[in-house]
Formats: sequence, C-alpha cells, structure tokens
Amino acid sequence: MPESNDHFTPYPDHVLENVLENVLAFLHSRRDRNAVSLVCRSWYRAEAYTRSDVFIGNCYALSPRRVTDRFTRVRSVTIKGKPRFADFSLLPVNWGAHFTPWVSGMANAYRTLEKIHLKRMSVTDDDLAAVANSFPRFKELVLVCCDGFGTAGIAAVVSRCRGLRVLELIEDEVSDDYVDWISCFPADGPTNLESLMFDCVESPINFESLENLVARSPLLKKLGLNRFVTIGQLHRLMTRAPQLTHLGTGSFSPPEQPEQHEHHENDNNRVSDYVSAFASCKSVVCLSGFREIAPEYLPAIIPVCANLSSLNLSFANINAEQLKPVIRHCHKLRVFWALDSIGDEGLQAVAETCKDLRELRVFPIDATENGEGLVSEMGLLAISIGCRKLQSILYFCQQMTNAAVVAMSKNCPDLVVFRLCIIGRFSPDHVTGEPMDEGFGAIVKNCKKLTRLAVSGLLTDRAFSYIGQYGKLVRTLSVAFAGDSDIGLKYVLEGCTNLQKLEIRDSPFGDSGLWSGLPRFYNMRFVWMSSCRVTREGCLDVARQLPRLVVEVFRRDEEEGGEKSDFVNTLYMYRSLDGPRADAPRFVNIL
Amino acid sequence: MMHLKETELCLGLGLPGSCEQTDTALKATGKRGFSETVDLMLNLQTKDQSSSVDMNDKKLQSSTKNNKDLTKPPAKAQVVGWPPVRNYRKNVMAQKSNTEETEKAVAGGGSAASFVKVSMDGAPYLRKVDLKLYESYQQLSDALAKMFSSFTMGNYGSQGMIDFMNESKLMDLLNSSEYVPSYEDKDGDWMLVGDVPWQMFVDSCKRLRIMKGSDAIGLAPRAMEKCKNRS
Repeated sequence: MPESNDHFTPYPDHVLENVLENVLAFLHSRRDRNAVSLVCRSWYRAEAYTRSDVFIGNCYALSPRRVTDRFTRVRSVTIKGKPRFADFSLLPVNWGAHFTPWVSGMANAYRTLEKIHLKRMSVTDDDLAAVANSFPRFKELVLVCCDGFGTAGIAAVVSRCRGLRVLELIEDEVSDDYVDWISCFPADGPTNLESLMFDCVESPINFESLENLVARSPLLKKLGLNRFVTIGQLHRLMTRAPQLTHLGTGSFSPPEQPEQHEHHENDNNRVSDYVSAFASCKSVVCLSGFREIAPEYLPAIIPVCANLSSLNLSFANINAEQLKPVIRHCHKLRVFWALDSIGDEGLQAVAETCKDLRELRVFPIDATENGEGLVSEMGLLAISIGCRKLQSILYFCQQMTNAAVVAMSKNCPDLVVFRLCIIGRFSPDHVTGEPMDEGFGAIVKNCKKLTRLAVSGLLTDRAFSYIGQYGKLVRTLSVAFAGDSDIGLKYVLEGCTNLQKLEIRDSPFGDSGLWSGLPRFYNMRFVWMSSCRVTREGCLDVARQLPRLVVEVFRRDEEEGGEKSDFVNTLYMYRSLDGPRADAPRFVNIL
Repeated sequence: MMHLKETELCLGLGLPGSCEQTDTALKATGKRGFSETVDLMLNLQTKDQSSSVDMNDKKLQSSTKNNKDLTKPPAKAQVVGWPPVRNYRKNVMAQKSNTEETEKAVAGGGSAASFVKVSMDGAPYLRKVDLKLYESYQQLSDALAKMFSSFTMGNYGSQGMIDFMNESKLMDLLNSSEYVPSYEDKDGDWMLVGDVPWQMFVDSCKRLRIMKGSDAIGLAPRAMEKCKNRS
C-alpha cells in the first residue's frame, strides 16, 4: 500500500487516494463505509485501508481470512454467532459459533487490535489466553451471551493485558474454575480500568482484592458486581469509587445472619448508611443488579434517582408499594426494566413520573401459561398514555386486548421496537375473543419508524398481511405459534422489503411460503424456521436456486436419513461468501 | 434441558410426528377437551407451593378463573423455549427462589427444624412434630393420623384434608364426630388447618390441636369467610 512520504512524489491517483483516506478516517458508520467501498476500486481500497472497526453480523457469513485480507488496520472487531433462538434452548448444544478460528486468524494479522466484542459465541479459555498473548495493545473485552469459558480464562486476560480498560461480561455462562481472577490484575500501581462488569459470574469473589482494585482504579466509571457481593460490601466499594456512573449493585441484601439477635434499630442505621453512600455518588446515572434484594433497602437509592437515566430492577421481586417511593423521583428515567411483580399499579406509577421514558421491559416472575397475570392491558395502556416518547418495549403478560395495543400505536408514534409476549399460546383478545390481528396491524401502520417486531397471541394470516403491507422498515421479525397458512409467510417475505432477520417457530408455514422469499434471501442476514411445515425437498429447492445461501437443516432426534417429504425440525439459512462451514456437527445437514 | 420429544407440543394442526393428543377442535370451536372438564378437587394451595399433585389442580384454577378463555389449549408440560425468556434469566430466577427458601429456613430459628406440640382431645399425652419434615398438608395429615391412630379408631384422616371450597361438605364435617386438625397461629388465633398455603402455615403455626368436628364449629365462621372469599 502506498504511503505518503516526503521524499516520494506520488502520482495524481495516489494523491487522491491519500486525500480520500484522510477524509474516510472520519467516517464511522458502517453503512456509509459499505456504500463508499462500492464506488470504484480505488475507493474500495481506501475504505478498506481506513476501516478500523469491523462488524461481522454472522460469523459464518465469511471466513476470518477474508476479513483479514481485506481490512488490514483493524482496531476493533465485533462478531455475532448463534441465532437468537439459541437463548431459548431451540439450538442444540455444540452447534458452532466458535471463536477459535477467529482469534487464530487475527493473531497474526491484527497486532494492534484493541477491542473484541462478541455476542453468542463459544469462547474457550484457550481463546482468551490467545487474546491475552497475541495483542499487546489490547484494551477492551466485551462478551455478551457467550459460553465455553471460565474464571481461568478471565484470569489469563486480566493478568496479561496491562492496558486493559474494559472488561464486560454480560449474561455469559461462566464456569467456576476456582480461580481467584480478581486477584490476577497486576498488583502494582493504578490501573487503567474504566469498566469492570461481572454480574453474571456465578462464583464468589475475593472482596479484599476487589476493594483494593477499585481503590486504585481512578478512571473506573462502570462497575457491575455479582450476587456474591453483599450490600455492606457494596457500601464500601461506593465510598472508594464515588466517581462511578454505572453501578450493578450485586445482591443488595445483607449476608445470612447466623446470630439471632437482630435489632431493628441496627437495620435502620444501616439503611441510612447506605442512603449516604448513594448520596455521595453524585454521578450515578445507571443502576442495575438488585439480585437478591431485601426490599426495605431499596429506598437507599433515592438520592440518585433524580439523575438516573437507566434503572434495571428486572431481578428484583418487588411490588407496587415498594416501587412507588423510589420511582416517583425518577423524572429523567429513559430506560426501565422490571419484573411484573410491580403490577399494573406499578406501571401506572412509572407512567406518572417518567415522562422521558424511551425503553421499557417487563419480565414475568411466573413464566408458565395460565399463570397468575400480574400485568395486563391496563399497564400497557397506562404506559402509552404517560410515556409518549416511548421507543422500545418488551412486555410479557397473560392477557391483552387489541384496544390497548391500538392505543399504544397511536400514543407512541416513535416506537422503533415493539415486542409483545402474551404468554398463553393462541390467546385472543381477552375481552372480545377476537384474534390479535388488529392490534399488531395498528402497530405496523401507525408506528412509522418501526424496525423490530415480535408478535404473539392468536393471529391469523390477516395479521401478516398487515405486516407485509405496512412494515416497510421492519428489519427483525419474530413469530411464534401464529398464522393459518403459507399465505401469511408470503405476505411477509413479499411485503417487508427491508427484512433482515426472520425467526419463526411452530407456525403453519410451508414450502410455497418459503419459496416466495427467493428474491429476498441474499439480502437477509438469516431465516430461522423451526417446527413449521417446511419439507426437506422444499429446502433443497431453495438451496439449488441460491448457491450462495447456506441452508442448514436439523434433523429430529429419531430420524437418520429421513424422507424428502418429511417436515424438517429446524431450518436455519444465511448468505455466505465462503460456502458452507467445515465445523458443522453431525445433526446439522447442509443442503 | 428437556428433550424435544418429551415436550413436543400439539398445535392441533395435524403436523406429522406430533403428540398423540389431538386438539384440532380446540382452536376452531373453542370446545374443551375431556382433560379440561372441571373436577371439583381440593384447592388448598396456591401457585407458590411446591407441587403436591393431589392438592394442586392447575386446570381447576384456570377453568374457574377465566371461563372466557375457551380457545386456550389445556395446560400441559412446558413447551421448550416458550415463553421466550432467556435461559440466563430463567437460571437466575430459579437460583433466586432456591436462595430465598434456604434463607427462610436459616432465619427461622437458626436450625432447620420447626417443632410444634400436637395435642389431641381425649388423648393422654402430647406429641411433637417437626413441620419441616413435610412438604404438604397431605403428608402432615398422614403423619398425624399414624401418630394418633390408636385413639381415633379410624375417625381421623379417612376423609383427607378439609375441602374449603365446598361449603356443605365443610359443615357436614364440622357437625360430625370426625376429628379435624386446628392450629394456633402467630397472632394467637386458632384456625382450621389447611386454609393458607403450606409454607405460610409452617411459618405461622405455633401448635396443633386435633379436635372433634363438633368442637371445631367455633372456628367455622372464619373458615366460612375464607370459603366465600375464594369463590
């Protein structure tokens, strides 16, 4: 690659390329960069030379070699692996998404790599050791929903990466190797740590080491503790790090008391201690954790509520009465996650105070069908009336009405993400007995910015005709136990011109519906269909028509060969530049 | 993780290889299958109990709760991956309830046992039972019946636990010479055994008294009230 040197007179072409490179250095959006790379060969080269952040949405869409050949000066890599339905046990174990070939591919090519961000990948301790050994300037490791590694791997990273600034472990499955990883940070002097989040690590932590680490990390802004950190220990950490902006509070309860003599006065003193701890952390804007909350301690967070932009109580089993004294101070709240234990009444309280709310997620305490419904259409309606700026919602409930969903579509026109999960499969509008078609239809029609939709309840093909007709910006669609026939799928594949990710389970869509998506599949990241009516023959037809599409079919347990007319258990297909993967396990059949 | 085969759900759409039960009629006509027919069984425990099969009839709860939902398929074994709650979250919630139960056990006196005195009208001496040894009213009832079998001459325990849903049955019992168990709770009130969830009972029971139904009639108004509140 030509570089601009003083003693070398460049040709005009090279001058232009140098200028372009300097300009492109300011371009960060990957969509813009992709567009730039298509202009002509020299623009393609210049863009490739200047791209420092690489995003790979599907680790099997291309080989590591292709990435390292094209982009040579990469600082940051983001890779996503398994399809999302893996989170719900719909993907057999050992399916793939291994990080190993990526780390070995990058080890030589990207000596200056600083950041790795992985989602739903299988990462081993050896991989983490390889990261620690291969990248001398390594600064940031973010692992989301990953598995395959343990505390030994974490220890390898923290002990060898002296410049580590960010270590974020989010909803990973981390095995306990009985390694005291928190003590493995370099022992001398201040650290560069800005973010340390280990909420998901299910093993006890050496508190003394942690406290020492926090005390000598003056740049630390984000700290996420696991449930083995008690509220008393949290208090001590907060006094060491009053500059924190993001805090995952750990268990938020006192340790088990072996003694019998518990005086109530002591409790009151402690709560006021914690109140003053929060009062001195003036910069906190994001609170989470509360993993084993003793509800009487929740008011301790009141001093920071007025500044909070994000509050995650989604592991805290609290009711409306316990929520109200706290939430009524949270005027600036933008993101709120909670359990449905707060009930419609709790949601009403949120609606009354949090006028700036952008994102709401309500998770179920009791995730069984026909369980007790603690939130309903009343809560949804209240939120839609009070929180007009809402952009993203995930709402689990046992009952819903079209009227409430329609109301939300009109009250909250800025909605970008609408995910409603009525827990009972095939549940109709519980007042009218009708399908939920009109409600979801109103959402796609009135929310003109909608890009992500998840549907539930009793739905006919009509619902899908609405989605196809109005959901022009929808990029991600999740469907379960819905629809009547192939026409439903046809509506979606023909109508949703921006569809990228389609995940369907247990719906009566078959080969002819699938076939209607032929013109679209190369423009999509993936299609997932499980327990539908797609046959092996139908999948073969698609695979033959689209050679660059990798069509993976998972067999049912008992069949070996299977007949062509049998319905496949799972179809997972995605475009790929480098053909089918070599690491597919036995149960995966690539057509 | 459950095997797919065990939890293969029934859509009633005639998918090949799906389970034997056919609910094709269900979605279209809203008629209930046989398995959903209301069976007046004991309904003494609420949802937050550990499942005691003979006591907790979920179908009964769902049918009586919401008669409009005729199109719902019957409650069956959990479908894999539904509702779409991430495994991570499921694991955390499951682990939480384990921790909370352990903490309760530890907080309750520092030891795992919960002994209460049991007296029986007419019996010459008291006994003691450790409530923590049992997981349900039925188990306790069986144990008590065994303990006092020589005194009751078969007049205790044959009817099973008290049915608080059935007003007339309850009145019959309290008018008879059958023995019924009652207990003194934390507040010092005497109540008929079986009207609160099991764990709540274990936490609040201070002593037990097995008395003749006709003597327990004085406790009946409270039981009646609860009976009325529930229907």
